[in-house]
Amino acid sequence: MPAAYKFFAEFAQTWGLLYFVGVFLVVLIYALAPSRKDRFDAASRMPLQED
Amino acid sequence: MAQAVAPSKGMTFGEAGSALAFAGLAFLSIIIAAKAYTPEYAFHAYLFAAASVASVFAIVNRYYERPAQLPPQAIGGKPNYNMGPVKFTTIASVIWGIAGFTIGLLIALQLAFPALNFDTSWLSFGRMRPLHTSAVIFAFGGNVLIASSFYVVQRTCRARMVGDIAPWFVVLGYNFFIVIAGTGYLLGITQGKEYAEPEWYADLFLTVVWVTYFLVFLGTVMRRKEPHIYVANWFYLAFILTIAVLHLGNNAAIPVSLFSPKSYIVWSGVQDALVQWWYGHNAVGFFLTAGFLAIMYYFIPKRAERPIYSYRLSIIHFWSLIFMYIWAGPHHLHYTALPDWAQTLGMVFSVMLWMPSWGGMINGLMTLSGAWDKLRTDPVLRLMVVSVAFYGMATFEGPLMSVKAVNSLSHYTDWTIGHVHAGALGWVAYISFGAVYCLVPWLWNKKELHSMKAVSWHFWISTLGIVLYISSMWVAGILQGLMWRAYTSLGFLEYSFIETVEAMNPFYVIRALGGAFFVAGSLIMAWNVWKTITVGEAVEEAPQAIQPALIAAE
Repeated sequence: MPAAYKFFAEFAQTWGLLYFVGVFLVVLIYALAPSRKDRFDAASRMPLQED
Repeated sequence: MAQAVAPSKGMTFGEAGSALAFAGLAFLSIIIAAKAYTPEYAFHAYLFAAASVASVFAIVNRYYERPAQLPPQAIGGKPNYNMGPVKFTTIASVIWGIAGFTIGLLIALQLAFPALNFDTSWLSFGRMRPLHTSAVIFAFGGNVLIASSFYVVQRTCRARMVGDIAPWFVVLGYNFFIVIAGTGYLLGITQGKEYAEPEWYADLFLTVVWVTYFLVFLGTVMRRKEPHIYVANWFYLAFILTIAVLHLGNNAAIPVSLFSPKSYIVWSGVQDALVQWWYGHNAVGFFLTAGFLAIMYYFIPKRAERPIYSYRLSIIHFWSLIFMYIWAGPHHLHYTALPDWAQTLGMVFSVMLWMPSWGGMINGLMTLSGAWDKLRTDPVLRLMVVSVAFYGMATFEGPLMSVKAVNSLSHYTDWTIGHVHAGALGWVAYISFGAVYCLVPWLWNKKELHSMKAVSWHFWISTLGIVLYISSMWVAGILQGLMWRAYTSLGFLEYSFIETVEAMNPFYVIRALGGAFFVAGSLIMAWNVWKTITVGEAVEEAPQAIQPALIAAE
């Protein structure tokens, strides 16, 4: 068991950390990419354009 | 097929299936009631049986009275929104709110004047406290979340809610769960887990209700006419999904018998404590934060008539909040048997939560840029903006208290109680009041609320109450913490425990006074909601010609 614990702890502290940083970078790119400006501007007006 | 012939009327699968399921549940409940180990459990089984029989009658009756066709998806090109369940939960939230706040006032008074438990186990603090927390969080807050989520998802997807029986099952089933939970506490049925007190049978029933809620919400999102899913729906979806996972994880209990209310949790020792606070803190993060942020992202833009300040920031807010909250739970277990690294992990993630929380607060507040004058004229918007300010304050204080050095002073003191109420009264309740004040005229087709002056009174009275509450608890908590850690020159504790209790008394009285103000505010709201529904001025279909006549009538 201690070996398994050590393995999982090391995995989480290295690859797990990199994985989350990577996912967060993807979110930042998705949110900040200039090409999505028009789409997000339209989305932000959704509550105001109801019938 | 012959279209001219009136379609033959038949029960839908949902009607027949749910009627049969409820008949089965009624039968099972009666057997359990007959063989129950304790009278309290038998009472709950009879409640289940009565509610199941009533459901069968309601479903069959509704079937006989409805036209052959189910309500259309759209009428004249406009979506035919299903607002009945939204109306029910809006009213329910107002009623539960008053009940929950009043019980809170009672236990606040009990702490100052212990005789107020009247020497009966029914009113003892240990039973009334979970009744208070469940009534305000799950009954009041939960009904606001269900009402607003069903409203927002339909409007922003421009689609009628999925399901015919299912939305009503969610709404009525959830409120029935609250009745079971609340009466259980009074009767002494509890599994002793904070914010997860209901026993296994209530938990199982809630699981069925919650999965139905998830499916109705998700089905409606999938039926949307808009290509994009508005950000408020992301927050609602995260709230519903995560609460389901937390509820299952923290209530993995094995009942002693089908005929006993008692169960044992599968986790043991410090693992159980960690799972409990993984649940407990994410109940704060996903029930009391993500769900109410969804309200912020819809109702503030709507009321201020401006789009959200930055839609991009809202996306970053969403993902970073989701990523970080889930790790913060261990800060509830500082200086316990929990491994030190896990405590530090909880602390670090709590401190990092500052960023998304304040990003969200700035996004909500800046939505008003260029429209700040509306705060002067619209007390409903004022309630919601102050709630966002309290969100910022509580999410600043929380990370501060999660730092181990600070926590060594604040933990187990009334500072924690003050912090929780800054969030619960200032943020959660205020954004909920704002949502209720918006929803009532919209749902009942009224021009405006009955009295804006009453909203203003509600705002100022309850703000005074919150200020009294949190400032007295700050002083009490820090005083308490300092007294506990004070040593004499010989190394003895300077104060006995009872001396610290005595020192708290004036602050407990001030706190109860603040609570009384808050209850008074909620009564003003109930009156205003009632008046708006019963005598409020209806929205006219063609306003131009009727306008002068209305002024003459005044």
